[in-house]
Amino acid sequence: MTLPSSIPPMGQRDKLLEMSNVDKVFGGNVVALKDMNLTVNQGDFISLLGPSGCGKSTALRLISGLMRPTSGHINWEGGQKTGDLGVVFQEPTLMPWATVEQNVWLPFRLRGKSLADVQDEIMWALKMVGLEKFQKSYPRELSGGMKMRVSIARSLVTEPRLILMDEPFAALDEITRHKLNNDLLELRDKLKCTVIFVTHSVFESVFLSDRIVVMAARPGRVSSEVTVDAPYPRTEEFRTSADYAELCRKASDALHGAMNEHGARASA
Amino acid sequence: MSTTDMNTAAIVDEEELRYARAEKREKIAKWLLPVVVIALAVFLWDRMVVWNDIPHYILPGPGLVLETLIQDWGMLSDALIVTLKITLAALAVAVVGGVGLAILFTQSRYFEMSFYPFAVILQVTPVVSIAPLIFIYVDSRIAGLLLCAWIVAFFPILSNTTLGLNSTDHNLRDLYKIYGATRWQRLRYLQLPTALPYFLGGLRIAGGLSLIGAVVAEYVAGTGGIGSGLAFRILEAGYRLNIPRMFAALLLIAATGVVIFTAASLLSHALLHKWHESAIKRES
Repeated sequence: MTLPSSIPPMGQRDKLLEMSNVDKVFGGNVVALKDMNLTVNQGDFISLLGPSGCGKSTALRLISGLMRPTSGHINWEGGQKTGDLGVVFQEPTLMPWATVEQNVWLPFRLRGKSLADVQDEIMWALKMVGLEKFQKSYPRELSGGMKMRVSIARSLVTEPRLILMDEPFAALDEITRHKLNNDLLELRDKLKCTVIFVTHSVFESVFLSDRIVVMAARPGRVSSEVTVDAPYPRTEEFRTSADYAELCRKASDALHGAMNEHGARASA
Repeated sequence: MSTTDMNTAAIVDEEELRYARAEKREKIAKWLLPVVVIALAVFLWDRMVVWNDIPHYILPGPGLVLETLIQDWGMLSDALIVTLKITLAALAVAVVGGVGLAILFTQSRYFEMSFYPFAVILQVTPVVSIAPLIFIYVDSRIAGLLLCAWIVAFFPILSNTTLGLNSTDHNLRDLYKIYGATRWQRLRYLQLPTALPYFLGGLRIAGGLSLIGAVVAEYVAGTGGIGSGLAFRILEAGYRLNIPRMFAALLLIAATGVVIFTAASLLSHALLHKWHESAIKRES
């Protein structure tokens, strides 16, 4: 595996994916997403932040190819292959009848590779999330946080160019969420992966990402982008720093701006 | 400090012990209670016959039934094997047909729209009313019996398996799509395992129904001689007012039903106990 030695600073990163003028309309009249433009660069950790109905999940489904845009384009640099994409949903989404390693095997299995062939990759991914001792366990034997780790291991195992995460920690308790946030950043530091992370938590988005794309609702659209210029690695200390508080305030303002934008439009 | 620690340890111990005792009691009761109740019922049956001087051609006592069972074992065991063969063959065909149709249903909506009503009509029409026609059109008696038993047994497997195949987690479906799974892979790795608990539930019902179907069909077919099953033996014994033999044959039919149900339940446990909610015993 060849990893870049470090993630270059923002502005010097290579382009990975571009959404240009993307619209998504449901049933001919419900505009879920309007004119979205987003350039994703290699190494970006982007949070899509916004109220419900702002189209952040729609944007994710469009990028994942589960839906086609009504108009506009989504282009991958060098084209997209299966395995370029890892996905983590809000629920762990594991197959309950399969062991941990069989669940992580899935992306390879669907490409016709036997479990023995990819044992190394599976163990590597499980090690990354700290579950190497649980390869033979069934999902029901694991806690909520551990299940989520399996789900993350599955998304990593193909060494994807882009990982999409749709509010993955929203259903977890706060202590587990903080722990998983820390571990996710550590993973990102090790793997130099590119992440798009959907969340409705200002705090989570500031802690994790270097770019926050703030979205507004009805119709779903990009309202503004906040750059989080705090350096990585970010640790527990960052959570209690004045910088963090200031950045949260900035992101929070942007989010309120997005919501008022909607309010003004609705009352007009 | 250490005393409090010990106290807490002691309290936990006592609770654990209480748990263990309750669990043990439940384990014993699970077997003992049904046995006691059945034994009591048999005893009451026996006493009723003795106390009221009921003649054996009206209601034989349990002892006489058992005696008849042993005496007529040669004839009854042959009949049992015939009924068992038809029941199991019907169940096997119901499993293959039910699962096969369910898979076709989930592969094509149009196929389901076309044939589901047909399956429902077959199911809701009482088999007793179709059976005479079947025996007119089908020459082979065995084939006729099999067909009747199958009509009764296949529907729960079809409807349960169809429901199961359609109950896949939506996110998992999306995941399979993102990873470029073929239809076949999706069916094999995702839909069939999801449907397994539903199918096994259907199997438990179908097992009992295939026995009912076989017995009912035999009543309708009504021809005797070599190769007749338990239901015919009951009819025949009834004509001869051999009530103890009716009871003996009935006993065998009931026992067959219990064995089929138990086998299906054991199979279900063996396949699901590692992962499915239904087979997981929760604490407290």
